[in-house]
Amino acid sequence: MEFLAYFGEVFTPINFGLLLIGTIGGLILGATPGLSPTMAVALLIPFTFKLDATQGLILLGAAYTSTVAGGAVSAILLKIPGAPANIATTLDGHAMARKGQGARALQLSFVASAIGGVFGVLLLIFLTPILAQWALAFGPSHLFWLAILGVTVIGSLDSSSVVKGLLAGCIGLWLSTIGFDDIMGAQRFIFHSSVSGGINVIPALIGLFAIPQVISMFAKGRRSLDAEVLTVESHPIGEAIREVFRRSRALTIGTLTGSVIGLIPGVGGQIAGLVAYDQSRKMSSEREKFGTGHSEGVIAAESANNAMVGPSLVPLLTLSIPGSPTAAVLLGGLLIHGIFPGSDLFDNYPDVAWTFINSMLIGQILMCIFGLYVAGLAAKVARVPNAVMAAIVLGLAVFGSYSVQHSMGDVYVMMALGTGMFFLERFGFSAAPLVLGLILGPIAEANFIQGAMIANATSSIGEYFFTGLLNLVLIGTVVASIVYSIWMELRSRRYTTKEDAVAKEEATP
Amino acid sequence: MTDLPRSQHIVASGLVAAVGIWVAYVSYTSEPARAFLFPRIISTVFVALALWTFGKALLGRTKVGIGLTASAVANILPGLVVSLVFVFWAADGLGFYTASAITFFILLSLYDPAPHHEVKSWIKRAIITAGFVVVMYLLFAMLLNVFTPREILF
Repeated sequence: MEFLAYFGEVFTPINFGLLLIGTIGGLILGATPGLSPTMAVALLIPFTFKLDATQGLILLGAAYTSTVAGGAVSAILLKIPGAPANIATTLDGHAMARKGQGARALQLSFVASAIGGVFGVLLLIFLTPILAQWALAFGPSHLFWLAILGVTVIGSLDSSSVVKGLLAGCIGLWLSTIGFDDIMGAQRFIFHSSVSGGINVIPALIGLFAIPQVISMFAKGRRSLDAEVLTVESHPIGEAIREVFRRSRALTIGTLTGSVIGLIPGVGGQIAGLVAYDQSRKMSSEREKFGTGHSEGVIAAESANNAMVGPSLVPLLTLSIPGSPTAAVLLGGLLIHGIFPGSDLFDNYPDVAWTFINSMLIGQILMCIFGLYVAGLAAKVARVPNAVMAAIVLGLAVFGSYSVQHSMGDVYVMMALGTGMFFLERFGFSAAPLVLGLILGPIAEANFIQGAMIANATSSIGEYFFTGLLNLVLIGTVVASIVYSIWMELRSRRYTTKEDAVAKEEATP
Repeated sequence: MTDLPRSQHIVASGLVAAVGIWVAYVSYTSEPARAFLFPRIISTVFVALALWTFGKALLGRTKVGIGLTASAVANILPGLVVSLVFVFWAADGLGFYTASAITFFILLSLYDPAPHHEVKSWIKRAIITAGFVVVMYLLFAMLLNVFTPREILF
């Protein structure tokens, strides 16, 4: 119950103010189609430079939580998911709004999100210290395999092609080796002066997530947003709360599915929402109503995608392995403050870790309260023309990248990586494994070199890295994730990627 | 197989394979060898996967990727050129705020669906551009104390 000791920290004026700003800003950003939670958090990182680690993480955590929930606003009112996590919400949420039940759908969505989110954060609170203790037993070989696991799981599960996902992971791992070698001091792959100091993670994250979105907005040309914003009539909030609890089956399925999926590295919120929606429909006695504006659909999808947020941070905070692209961005936010997450995070920085986690718990409640009031404004922001949005994001990306080290080289790297990623995405590559490779590469290499030195002094490299129960379990998991993805791909019954899901959703009349 | 011409996939996967081969070449030929131990492992897997992808593209068996249509390229090209000029030349050459204002206004003019023949549209674009630059100045120069390269105009 150590976390209770740090609850007061959340309510200091600055911390609570940042929590409010992150929550309200995140709700508005989340409602904006094209601004994913990952991209929103990446663009916010430069604004945390002046803050201390706790304050920075509170801002980023609040933005993460509320962008996921805010995406429901445009999903319900515009039929455009604000984030990939809200794809399943459009199915029944928009149908409800068309029937004149927009306010009810939004209320159900925010109440279900808050309940799912609170459960997810409680899971984070109680699982993290246990796993952190367990992680103390990890040696260099295990950490090496964990880093590889982080890349392969995301590469195989988050991509539309297993081979291209793993290839993107390799590209990320290679990018992480650019610059000077830590041990020998040798120059590696320095083909331009901008990368002589290696690739800084923050500009790379901004470029990889923001620039492809900017260019995608260019691709739409001078098209105006045709989506009709449905009006929101008043609806008693108490009734919505009672309805969420009355639909306890959908709420339970959504919350549990989201929590479990969040714990698996690489499996994102869009999958949590879709799986929960599907399971809820199958187990419902009113399954024929799904897709026609049934409240269970909204409750299951929204409780799942917010329940996923807390558990998705468990691998990051315990093993320093970000389990999702957004967690990778949060890792970037920790690293710039000199904090490296892992087994000793809760010993060395308990105030930072617990205040951050507690703020996510309070953030869920704030998100629910403000979501209902901000929804109308957020829906209007969601209609900002693509041209304005693209220019704003480009400007923020350039200024944000420059502000990291006051270096034009970082801006060049950001733009080059982002432009390259746009074209790679067009040919089936995904940014998530590339980012994970870039972030986990140094962890993998440092532990590989350390392990190789130990192996040279004690046994052989093969014996050190390929024997022992934990090594075998981790290697087995790496292989299993790849084999499973290939099997699903061959059967063509894999869960859809965000691009596929968005395309399918847009094609649905 | 997607509806894209096979040539697009061949070019894209060919470029990725070429990068992979270059990485492997540098990894296996550079000294000191110990500094390139990890890159060698990565580049071996990189090349294997890249050649597999390239082979599938050659055989026309690529299943994912929406590629680039002529209309998408036509839409992207002006904005991309403006953005690249902004980042790789104007930001440093003209100053961040001057270059941002010009870029922002050009991008709005290129992609804003509002009709070009109406004076109202141009006034709206100018106001949005000015607002954007003011907000960026307040955020980065005043709040974050970010010192950007010297402006050409002030």
